[in-house]
Amino acid sequence: MNLFSDRKYVISAIFISLILIYLIRLFYIQVIDKKFKLAANDNALRHKIEYPERGIIYDRQGKIMVYNEPAYDLMVIPKRVKTIDTSDFCQMLEITKEEFIEKITKLKKQKFSSFKPEIFINDISLETSLPLQEKLIKFPGFFLQARTLRKYPLKIASHALGYVGEVDDKIIAQNPYYRSGDNMGLSGIEKSYEESLRGQRGVKIVMVDVYNRERGSFDGGKYDTASVLGKSLYSSIDAGLQEYGEKLMQNKVGAIVAIEPASGEVLCMVSSPTYDPNLLVGRAKSKQYRRMLLDTLKPLFNRATMAKYPPGSTFKLVNALIGQHEGVINENTLFSCSRGFHFGGLTVGCHPHASPVNLRYSITTSCNSYYCNTFRNTLLKYKKTSEGFTVWRNHVLSFGLGKKIPIDLPQESSGNVPTVKYYDRYHGAGRWNAISIISLAIGQGEMGVTPLQMANFCTIIANRGWYYPPHLIKRIDGGHLDTTYLKRRFTTVDRKYFEVVVESMRNVVTNGTGRIAQLDSLSICAKTGTAENPHGKDHSIFIAFAPMNNPKIAIAVYVENAGFGATWAAPIASLMIEKYLRKEVKRPEMEKRILDANLLPKKSDWVTKK
Amino acid sequence: MANRNSEAVFQNIDWFMVVIYLLLVTMGWLNIYAAVYNDDHTSIFDTSQSYGMQLVWILSSFFLAFVILVIDGEFFPTFAYILYGIFVLLLIVVLFAGVDVRGSKSWIEVGTFRIQPAELAKFATNLALAKYLSNVNIKIEKTGTKLIAASIFMIPAAIIIMQSETGAALVYAGFILVLYREGLSGIFLILGAAGVVLFITTLLVDKAILSIILGAIAVFAFLFIRIRIRNILAVAGILLLSLVAVNGVDYAFNNVLESHQRKRINVLIGKEIDPKGAGYNVNQSMIAIGSGGLAGKGYLNGTQTKNNFVPEQSTDFIFCTVGEEWGFIGSTVVLGLFLLLILRIIFMAERQRSAFSRIYGYGLASILFVHLAINVGMTIGLAPVVGIPLPFFSYGGSSLWSFTILTFIFIRLDAYRFQILR
Ligand SMILES: [Zn+2]
Repeated sequence: MNLFSDRKYVISAIFISLILIYLIRLFYIQVIDKKFKLAANDNALRHKIEYPERGIIYDRQGKIMVYNEPAYDLMVIPKRVKTIDTSDFCQMLEITKEEFIEKITKLKKQKFSSFKPEIFINDISLETSLPLQEKLIKFPGFFLQARTLRKYPLKIASHALGYVGEVDDKIIAQNPYYRSGDNMGLSGIEKSYEESLRGQRGVKIVMVDVYNRERGSFDGGKYDTASVLGKSLYSSIDAGLQEYGEKLMQNKVGAIVAIEPASGEVLCMVSSPTYDPNLLVGRAKSKQYRRMLLDTLKPLFNRATMAKYPPGSTFKLVNALIGQHEGVINENTLFSCSRGFHFGGLTVGCHPHASPVNLRYSITTSCNSYYCNTFRNTLLKYKKTSEGFTVWRNHVLSFGLGKKIPIDLPQESSGNVPTVKYYDRYHGAGRWNAISIISLAIGQGEMGVTPLQMANFCTIIANRGWYYPPHLIKRIDGGHLDTTYLKRRFTTVDRKYFEVVVESMRNVVTNGTGRIAQLDSLSICAKTGTAENPHGKDHSIFIAFAPMNNPKIAIAVYVENAGFGATWAAPIASLMIEKYLRKEVKRPEMEKRILDANLLPKKSDWVTKK
Repeated sequence: MANRNSEAVFQNIDWFMVVIYLLLVTMGWLNIYAAVYNDDHTSIFDTSQSYGMQLVWILSSFFLAFVILVIDGEFFPTFAYILYGIFVLLLIVVLFAGVDVRGSKSWIEVGTFRIQPAELAKFATNLALAKYLSNVNIKIEKTGTKLIAASIFMIPAAIIIMQSETGAALVYAGFILVLYREGLSGIFLILGAAGVVLFITTLLVDKAILSIILGAIAVFAFLFIRIRIRNILAVAGILLLSLVAVNGVDYAFNNVLESHQRKRINVLIGKEIDPKGAGYNVNQSMIAIGSGGLAGKGYLNGTQTKNNFVPEQSTDFIFCTVGEEWGFIGSTVVLGLFLLLILRIIFMAERQRSAFSRIYGYGLASILFVHLAINVGMTIGLAPVVGIPLPFFSYGGSSLWSFTILTFIFIRLDAYRFQILR
């Protein structure tokens, strides 16, 4: 029967060749082709992102202004959800039954990831979560996942601090660090110090099974990166002063900015009306944001850095300094004033006062005629008006006006100081002169200055000619401040011309237009101002610093539609100085008058802070 | 007498075979542990888990192996037909009284255990075929002989197909190799291979085009064969058969098969891509094996099998665990061991004096080979996904018992070879 014994070779050859084919195939998919390895990682590994806690922001005294409060996302594992008493559940979460059904069916449809936890409701506050935590035991498939929300315990400085929100597609496209669902600072300090505050995200690689259930860390966590905590920031804001300023400004529209002259540190930045920064956190955020966006008083608008007002009479100080530097006036220069400045058919009116007027008296009494003459002479000094104007304008710019100063906030208006080009276009080239633009002499007309710029300008006078760019953050824990804020800047006006202006500002308070701001023996120096408002009542302006020598605070106050600077802005500034330097306000009558005043335009739907 | 007999048996046992058997069984057990390993159940002896149960199956298999070794060698040829008859009856009984498991009616329940007679019928079929073909008066050239031999393995295969276990039935096709060894013309092997190729091409190529191609091949054949009536008739006959087959397959594919079966075939032959559907298993299986690389991820370190990305990971797709955790090197070792085992069986079969033992040996080698080829082939995308176990590796009592019985009957027959004078 062994006739066919040779066939054992054929059969063996078939067996061997097939095994060889298999080995070649195995060699190909295991050693040569890399796509299976990638696919395997894709299958089994999940990159879990660990978000570090965002940095805390402290005030000048170390009081916490912003911290992170635990909050929760209600998570759901669709596969584990059992039939539940939906009415009870929905009532607990304040959602409708329809919303619940829509959400759960949508999540349940995802085939292979139904064991993957999904967010059911996000940003649940700690208070809401506590009763929820107990009840959730009755609802399998649901659990709370911790995260954090920004919390503002003092409920102040909303404009300076800004807010945090989810990144949009545009940001993701610009900055590869962010992924969909990430949070980042969207305004204020939260935005400008985003990189310090956010820290560094960590990545943990975990293994998951086919149902997306976690199965422990991959390769003993060898490829994980730890998250780095966000850096804490120490703000220069004095929370007490800020809070007091916001209180004084309640029922008023305007802004207060106070700066420590020696350092450029912003002591307070009030923009009124304001809002409780906690409103722009968590679930209610978008609703609140929309509501405030529609408010005619624009509570979201940071007037301190964004609103442009004419500087009014406070700008006379600038012209006094430029005039001296340009040699067109000195301490003894006299100009007459008969109820104003008259040139040809043009009259710039003035209130009744003694005449002629010298430099000191012109500041104390705020004489318009004096500054029209000074301004005209400054420009006339040069052959061409445009040349003289350019010289004048460059001096003005050196006071931090008409440009971004800058400040460490993302939103800052540069204000407006018109250019030669502007007037050439408006009047025609060579067809304008000092008289055509005489309103600049007294800070009216096309000039636009922000309250921040005013406060900074006041700082310059307090310092007799220099400033540090104002900043809200004085120290970054484990980081360095931008050197921009550490370099002194000087004006183009010589230091020696400042003293007479400072002394005159002191006289404004002792026996001039700003007597209301007087505070016993404290040597407050100030200047009143009133900005013409074509739309209604004039804006009340007041700038001040104190004490006269070695000043500790420089402040600018704007109150919209409030009339004379002396009436509202001056007492507010004075109270602020008292609060800051004396820690305690001992002028209850003045305080009460301000607190009780409602200077809001009528027909407003704005309701102040709750 | 029995005592002396069994002593002789243990002296003559082919220990080489036994060692390979033990190696494969142990490796299978360790891989099942790795495939279903999780942190909650870490003891490999935990019988609530499949690896624990597999140990029970392994120990019971050892007992079965021992029993087979002490049975008189004459028992198997003597009772071949009777055993065959019993199993064919059992298969028919299962067809009517079996338990429905995942759409296939091929299990009988004994207490808490489920046994699949389709698995166990293999050794009985092998015995019956060996018995029939070892008959001295048998002439394989005779059509009658061919038909009877074929029906010996076609009958159980047909019943198994009726149980919806197509994969298990497919294994019986392996017996063609046995017939070939015993003198069946090589044409049948070629025809068989051509049939498979034709079947797949029919599904891939439009039947009109295929008919033209077949016609062209026939014309060429006419040009090259010697012009004799017989040859012309043969070529014409083959052409006719092919055309009928082409249309038949096409008809069957479109009208007989259910849509999910069609889809499965389409994905297999690459006509449809459906990563989460019918092709999902193969795709995941290849990812698991492919991710193993040259040296593998290390024992218990596989991410794909352990985390259930691969379906049927402890049964039909157990080779994925080997590929993922032991890499190309481990896969080569396992395939090498199997090849060594099969070649050893052929070597042993050829040294038998008894035709019965030799034919049985070839039957065993063929069954092992078909299982290996289809099972491993499907995990690497070279064979259709039909659920058949990897011998000695896959989890399951019926399968392990079946292969143990198959193997140890042969070891017993081999040990007995000196006592046969025929
Ligand atoms: Zn005057």
